[in-house]
Amino acid sequence: MTAACPWQGTVEPEDHGTAAPAAATITPYPDGPLVVRGDFALTTPDGRQIDARRRTVALCRCGKSTMIPFCDATHKAIGFRAGNPPDPAAPA
Amino acid sequence: MSETHGRATLPQPRGPVSTIVRDALLRPPHDLPAVPDLTGDGPLTDDDLQLTLFLCYELHYRGWHGVDDGWEWQPSLLALRAAAERPFEAAIRALVGPPPAVSPQQLPAALHEVTTAGDGPSLAGFLRGRGTLAQFREFVAHRSVYHLREADPHTWGLPRLGGPAKAALVEIQMDEYGNGQLHRMHAELFRTTMGRLGLDTRYGAHLDAVPAITLAGNNAMSLFGLHRRWRGALLGHLAALEMTSSLPNRRYGDALRRLGGDETATRFFDEHVEADAVHEQIALHDLCGGLVSQEPELTADVLLGASAALALDDLFAAHLLDSWAAGRSSLRNAASRPAGPLRVTVPGVPAAKTKVAS
Ligand code: FES
Ligand SMILES: [Fe+2]
Ligand SMILES: [Fe+2]
Repeated sequence: MTAACPWQGTVEPEDHGTAAPAAATITPYPDGPLVVRGDFALTTPDGRQIDARRRTVALCRCGKSTMIPFCDATHKAIGFRAGNPPDPAAPA
Repeated sequence: MSETHGRATLPQPRGPVSTIVRDALLRPPHDLPAVPDLTGDGPLTDDDLQLTLFLCYELHYRGWHGVDDGWEWQPSLLALRAAAERPFEAAIRALVGPPPAVSPQQLPAALHEVTTAGDGPSLAGFLRGRGTLAQFREFVAHRSVYHLREADPHTWGLPRLGGPAKAALVEIQMDEYGNGQLHRMHAELFRTTMGRLGLDTRYGAHLDAVPAITLAGNNAMSLFGLHRRWRGALLGHLAALEMTSSLPNRRYGDALRRLGGDETATRFFDEHVEADAVHEQIALHDLCGGLVSQEPELTADVLLGASAALALDDLFAAHLLDSWAAGRSSLRNAASRPAGPLRVTVPGVPAAKTKVAS
């Protein structure tokens, strides 16, 4: 079982989260992919553009997708565990 | 509206109540006569009940050919619809049982649990391993009732939400509707697949062929979508679809490839492997999580909607697999079943000059 969203409730509703002014956001979802939103480009190591095909993409974090760099939900089939992201509210 | 995108052609009635409703719809809006009792047992497989509901609900989507749009809000028709919804709703509740007591914080874990329990029959596994072309066509004909209006029932949720859940639903639906580009809309990708399979691609073309259980799955979405009080279930239903999509769609795509389908034919399924890996995360955490952070009292409804989607889909899959195991078609009428080989496009040749694969 995945944990409840670890960052649920950590974002102040007034400012829509401190990440909002950034051009793009990258969010690690619990035991799942990195979801990328905003103004970004995906490229190969030698700089050629990869067609993202949608505005919000999920990048594989488990390494087992058959469609790298995109997530294809294989992480569920293999029981991938990512651990929880750090709590932004916690003191460093 | 063109025949391609709707209105739909009125299906043939399947019993006393759907006969009365269908006959009435062909005349200007008026008060319906008294109808026989709708509380028979087995509402989920009752053809008369499910078709009656479908006739009523379609008035809120693209409507019926030859039917006055004024019927949509005709009071006696709405009263009949409510009378049909009562046994339907009770049957859905009985099918899924009481949802477990779960706190809003536990909802993502609970949704993960119900969508991975996976004790239902695997239609995708069967089709990939040994489904025939005829069986694959049947599967697509059933699914066309939903996929030719894919995403529409859940869009009813938008004006009923505010805040994070609304933003999440828009993010998902943008992708379902191809970011506003017709050729990328999921419903249009499905139409292309249907065309490759030689199936009638008009909106609602296969309604006469599909049994009550196929209509019931669609009617559940309309029930949740058209009643504001069911908004929690609507979002749970969408989350369950998104969370059980990527892996089966990989298998459906593989099945069609094995049967000779080209890239264009399989695009709908291939697109869903990737898109729903994204939608799943948004639906679980941002949509459902976002809803219950604002309206924690809807947590149980979200789970009910998810469980209903999964349980109805299991009944649907069982119907197809049982029919095929008994050597029967899973459709009601043989006439809508095309035969012959798949259509493929020859690389480099304009799409109009398609030839038939051998
Ligand atoms: S993170 Fe989803 S497949 Fe790897
Ligand atoms: Fe879709
Ligand atoms: Fe989706």
